[in-house]
Amino acid sequence: MIAQAPAASCPTAGTVTTVVIGAGHAGLAMSRCLTERSIDHVVLERGEVANSWKRERWDSLRLLTPNWQSRLPGHRYAGADPDGFMTMTEVVGFIDGYAAAIAAPVQTGTTVVSVREADGGYRVGTDRGEWRCRTLVIASGAFNLPVVPRCATEVPASIATLTARDYRNPDQLPPGGALVVGASATGAQLADEIHRSGRPVTLAVGEHVRMPRTYRGRDIQWWMDAAGVSDQRYDQVDAIDRARRVASPQLSGTPERATLDLNTLSAAGVTLAGKVAGIVGGKVQFSGSLRNNCALADLKLGRLLDAFDGWARETGISDEVGLSQRFEPTRVAESPRLSLDLTSGEISSIVWATGFRPDYSWLDVPVLDRKGRIRHDGGVVRDAPGMYVMGLPFLRRRKSSFIHGAGDDARELSIHLATHLDDCSTRLAVGVSG
Amino acid sequence: MKTETTMMVDNGVNVEALLGAREALTETPEAARFQWRATCDWVNGTHSRSTVEGFYGLGDEQRHREAFTFNADHPEIFASEDHGATPVEYVLVGLAGCLTAGIASVAQNRGIQLHSVTATLEGGMDIQGILGMDRDVRNGFDDIRVSFEIDADASKEDIEALVAQSQKRSAVFDIVTNPTNVSVVVK
Repeated sequence: MIAQAPAASCPTAGTVTTVVIGAGHAGLAMSRCLTERSIDHVVLERGEVANSWKRERWDSLRLLTPNWQSRLPGHRYAGADPDGFMTMTEVVGFIDGYAAAIAAPVQTGTTVVSVREADGGYRVGTDRGEWRCRTLVIASGAFNLPVVPRCATEVPASIATLTARDYRNPDQLPPGGALVVGASATGAQLADEIHRSGRPVTLAVGEHVRMPRTYRGRDIQWWMDAAGVSDQRYDQVDAIDRARRVASPQLSGTPERATLDLNTLSAAGVTLAGKVAGIVGGKVQFSGSLRNNCALADLKLGRLLDAFDGWARETGISDEVGLSQRFEPTRVAESPRLSLDLTSGEISSIVWATGFRPDYSWLDVPVLDRKGRIRHDGGVVRDAPGMYVMGLPFLRRRKSSFIHGAGDDARELSIHLATHLDDCSTRLAVGVSG
Repeated sequence: MKTETTMMVDNGVNVEALLGAREALTETPEAARFQWRATCDWVNGTHSRSTVEGFYGLGDEQRHREAFTFNADHPEIFASEDHGATPVEYVLVGLAGCLTAGIASVAQNRGIQLHSVTATLEGGMDIQGILGMDRDVRNGFDDIRVSFEIDADASKEDIEALVAQSQKRSAVFDIVTNPTNVSVVVK
């Protein structure tokens, strides 16, 4: 049920009630909810379904969430390995299968180039004609463009540099040492893989989130889910702005269900250094804050596990899970290194795993704040009636940016969207009769 | 419940005002631009006297309640007259003051009553650097150790979290752990 693309010369592609931008898990979940409400819509996709998963991630990446957790409205994992973690090929297959199962009206190969307000709705310009709609759902992803610190321009030309978006496997890197910058899930995984390839890795570590893969015999995501942490709402936490900026937890989805934290990395021989503070005269300077960033992460993990233990006691399931445990504090060298001379030959490459940001270069409606982020309340875009955003970290719930987080958000936002359409119709009717 | 606890806790910090300021500055980030200043006059030998009084912030010139002066000198084993703390000791003073203020503020915000907070600071230095004896030795501290003794109505973990959070939000901790461009000119 893929909509036929109009000819490239066609100036007007169509008029629909809702345009959804992006055919990833979030856009498709919304499509399904709109279909249930009989709201006619089109899902515009620049590439193919699940494009970022297919083209913009490294080869060895697997989902951070176990298979049983891969669920979308009206669809769930039905394979033989519920505790496993999908490879990117499997994720693409899962999302492709979902698009087909819900008969989503996806128009692939269509890049949105502009979005403007018009007549109480929006005009969505694409490279294949213009769509008009009354409501718009932006589901184009939170992780489109790599973010690299400003000092990256000071790296000498002799050093090969890659961002996490362009990294595929260690073979892209020259032989020799590598500096991996950033210790979120991405940085920790790349540091591990690059180090295993025989390239000695230094990992620059700023604020990070430490998590064991399993706790008391269950996957950490099971705990997050069961104890209600994943479901915490954006309007129930202090300082939502900061909660939305927290880096992804140091997790990895491997068949062994192995924990990937700074202790396992340093035991494997990875050198830990502080956050990259600057590059001056060919030397990388590392912050002296490594010890405190590790202490913060250890304390935060302790509080999370305390909460899980408390929940297990209260619900009376303590006997069904393993024994309570605490993990060794992160080991930090007596004097972590403070600089690295990029001209010394010690390293030959730098991989920037310093985060991603959404790309809104096509959005011509003034809804961004001074940092380029969409101003929204739980996905309802401020000052733009009928415009919604999905799939951003902690959009409505802590799980919002995960695959299993899209369902609840899509259901609630589709209700809001439908109410908005009703209100518009009522106003129109009143206007005509009066 | 939380409010009751918070009301009973008094560390002498007006957290509401601080949180209010953060709220207000979100709307007007330009008012968050501050400039801190000091002037310094040479007295004699290695003795100098610095003064702080005016600063800029919240879009306007501001003043301390009074001008504060600080004598800096070196001890007699440096063949100086020891009229005041050494400049590097002032760095320790700055770090201690900043972390301690942070602990009081964070404790207030988290509803933790403090009874006493004592910090001991040690900055290690090899003076072969400042004496120009060995190019491989840096001039400044090669290591700073801060140890807090805190008596508060809170668990060990909560107190450790206070100390960690105060480092995370500390200006002086940032200044000593990260490089800063410094330009010195002669008028």
